[in-house]
Amino acid sequence: MQLEFSPAEIAFQKEVRSFIAENYPENLRSVQDEGHDLSKEDFLSWHRILAKKGWIAPAWPVEYGGTGWTATERFIWSEELAAADCVGTMPFGLSMVGPVIYTFGTPEQKAKFLPGILSGDDWWCQGYSEPGAGSDLASLRTKAVRDGDDYVVNGQKTWTTMAQHADWGFFLVRTDSDAKAQEGISFLLIDMKSPGVTVRPIITLGGEHEVNEVWLEEVRVPVANRVYEENKGWTCAKFLLAHERTGIAAVARSKRGVEKIKAIARTEQDGDRPLIANPFFKRKISELEIDLTALEFTELRSLAGEASGKGPGPESSLLKIKGSEIQQRITELALEAVGHYGAPYFRGFGEGDNEHPIGPDYAHRAAPTYFNTRKTTIYGGSNEIQRNIIAKMVLGI
Amino acid sequence: MDFSYTETQDMIRETLSRFLADTYDFDSRSKMIASSSGRDPGIWKALAQDLGMLGASFSEDQGGLGGGHLENALIMEELGKVIAIEPYLQTVVLGGGALKAVGGAVADAVIPEIINGNVIIAFAYAEPQGRYNLANIRTTAKKDGAGYVLNGHKSVVYAAPWATHLLVTARTGGATSDVNGVSLFLIDANAKGIVRRDYPTVDGFQASEIYFENAAIPADALLGDEGAGLPLIERIVDEATVAVCAESCGVTAKLHQGTLEYARQRNQFGQPISRFQVLQHRMVDMFMEVEQSKSMTTMATLKLDLPAAERMAAVSACKAKVSRSAKFVGQNAIQTHGGIGITQELAIGHFFKRATMIENQFGSADHHYDRFERLTLAD
Repeated sequence: MQLEFSPAEIAFQKEVRSFIAENYPENLRSVQDEGHDLSKEDFLSWHRILAKKGWIAPAWPVEYGGTGWTATERFIWSEELAAADCVGTMPFGLSMVGPVIYTFGTPEQKAKFLPGILSGDDWWCQGYSEPGAGSDLASLRTKAVRDGDDYVVNGQKTWTTMAQHADWGFFLVRTDSDAKAQEGISFLLIDMKSPGVTVRPIITLGGEHEVNEVWLEEVRVPVANRVYEENKGWTCAKFLLAHERTGIAAVARSKRGVEKIKAIARTEQDGDRPLIANPFFKRKISELEIDLTALEFTELRSLAGEASGKGPGPESSLLKIKGSEIQQRITELALEAVGHYGAPYFRGFGEGDNEHPIGPDYAHRAAPTYFNTRKTTIYGGSNEIQRNIIAKMVLGI
Repeated sequence: MDFSYTETQDMIRETLSRFLADTYDFDSRSKMIASSSGRDPGIWKALAQDLGMLGASFSEDQGGLGGGHLENALIMEELGKVIAIEPYLQTVVLGGGALKAVGGAVADAVIPEIINGNVIIAFAYAEPQGRYNLANIRTTAKKDGAGYVLNGHKSVVYAAPWATHLLVTARTGGATSDVNGVSLFLIDANAKGIVRRDYPTVDGFQASEIYFENAAIPADALLGDEGAGLPLIERIVDEATVAVCAESCGVTAKLHQGTLEYARQRNQFGQPISRFQVLQHRMVDMFMEVEQSKSMTTMATLKLDLPAAERMAAVSACKAKVSRSAKFVGQNAIQTHGGIGITQELAIGHFFKRATMIENQFGSADHHYDRFERLTLAD
């Protein structure tokens, strides 16, 4: 056991660090620094650079476009991305449906869909939740009825993140209404431009348009777009949830978040001292930082276990619970740190707007980000559901 | 970066775990504690001579197996799983740690005797007024001819009634809390002028109040340089703090496991209480605390040889987290057991008692948050 990087790992770190420094888009950096919402093109500009380099899907097997990096190299990569404050890549293709397709898909499906996920040409969204099926996902009612070589799909999905940009969506649909809840579900890939697909925005507390309702009315989907067997879609869904949970720990990004709070707390005044000298605020930072270290080393231990042959298992629920709690605490502390200037509502720069916004730059998004980040303990299986999973799968109760 | 154990380390764990399963069941432990000496000296001999366990963390040159901090941690974790009352922490981690650090003739003479099981060391550092400040020392060591004369009072010296040697912190100069003027001595536990008041501790060990009354000790009892002992003391206490965290991982893992087993067989309202979601989620929270303690202990163990400031920050982060976890897991283990949990009858309560003492051993959570903040969160 050792913490030090090997000479090869240090060389790797240098290589990726200078790649990021030389290739990260300048204009994206300024959009981020000024606290704007990112557009589809903002996300894709960095995605395409990574795709061209062949580094877009480090976790994938090499034969499907992965990098072949070791767990440590992937750790270094995510640390460097976060340290340079790079925008994330959208998880729906790369971390969710991609692994489902290369694990359960047919050769034709792999050939058809994996290249578009890697290149960024296809933007994906996730059709899981429904108005009546949240934590109890298996109670979903969107129905697919076989008609020749197609399914005809009817129903409503919700919380569909970034569906407004999506070319494709992966959907859980009911193909057998008589079977027990989890057994009559199939996993379908649906072209979002199909007739009968309607996307309607849902605006969340920070004013963002991130999530949507998706209505499916008599949508025809070729049977060839069903992944894995009919009525066995729950197998794919569970597999995907476990994959989704590991990335959700977001350790490297949270480290960066803690550093930002420290910087704010050194700048903000609390009477005649900087905020960071306030013992109560300081204790909240140290608790956060120490809990984040515990999460980091729990993830490293779990990656080491994964490298020795075990896939991401139910213990990844622990990473989801602790990771999401920490992400929330970071936004909570950031909002507390900015004091009065948490209140002004910054709607971005308008056309020809040359007045400086109210308050310091770091305060603009403190409240909206805090509001928005309440999602992390709700999505991907709420933290209560994660506790149920650990109780059942790890503790056996 | 690598998080795997070597084959030798796996073997040490398996050997020790098997030995303790045979010798350290709850009844055997209770009998040891109730005996006149409060321990079974045969176990220590067996650990040394049959298992070679006391040499695991010493170099091969010194007659050991060539290990270090990781071996200490995994041995402490296994000892924690049976709430062993063996003086491994005091003798090997603290005593052995100090001797490894200073080297020289005393180390060459004493380390082989530690490995053989002939030496037991107790660490006399705490004082009634000093709390967790290692420099707050009133015990004095005055130069007297070639040697020193010790005077003062040391508090709650675990394992002192069993010890052949005492590892003592004393002032050879400076005022009570000065950084300079602190020295470390390894002395004969039976030297003239040492008065002990022995007693059992709530977690099953034996300890003593120790009074030095003009105790004369030889010059070669001094470890390291006179008056410059504080960095060495801080280092071995950091090593011991992480070892106690490793022990806590074993203790809390058993508290959690025992709680799960109990909840599965305890019926109320016509079903096992393990079916109640409120208890399931609590047991999941306990599980997460245990896992995070293991993660922090691994982190701190791997950072023990870094420069002092980094080492201290890592150790304090670890202990702050582990102290809180020990409290959380211990209290919820008892709560889930209900009334039976607060009796002496079940092992669970005894694990809880050790977990509770671990919380404050070598500094409470608050003490370690403070130290972490001083080191990492300057204005």
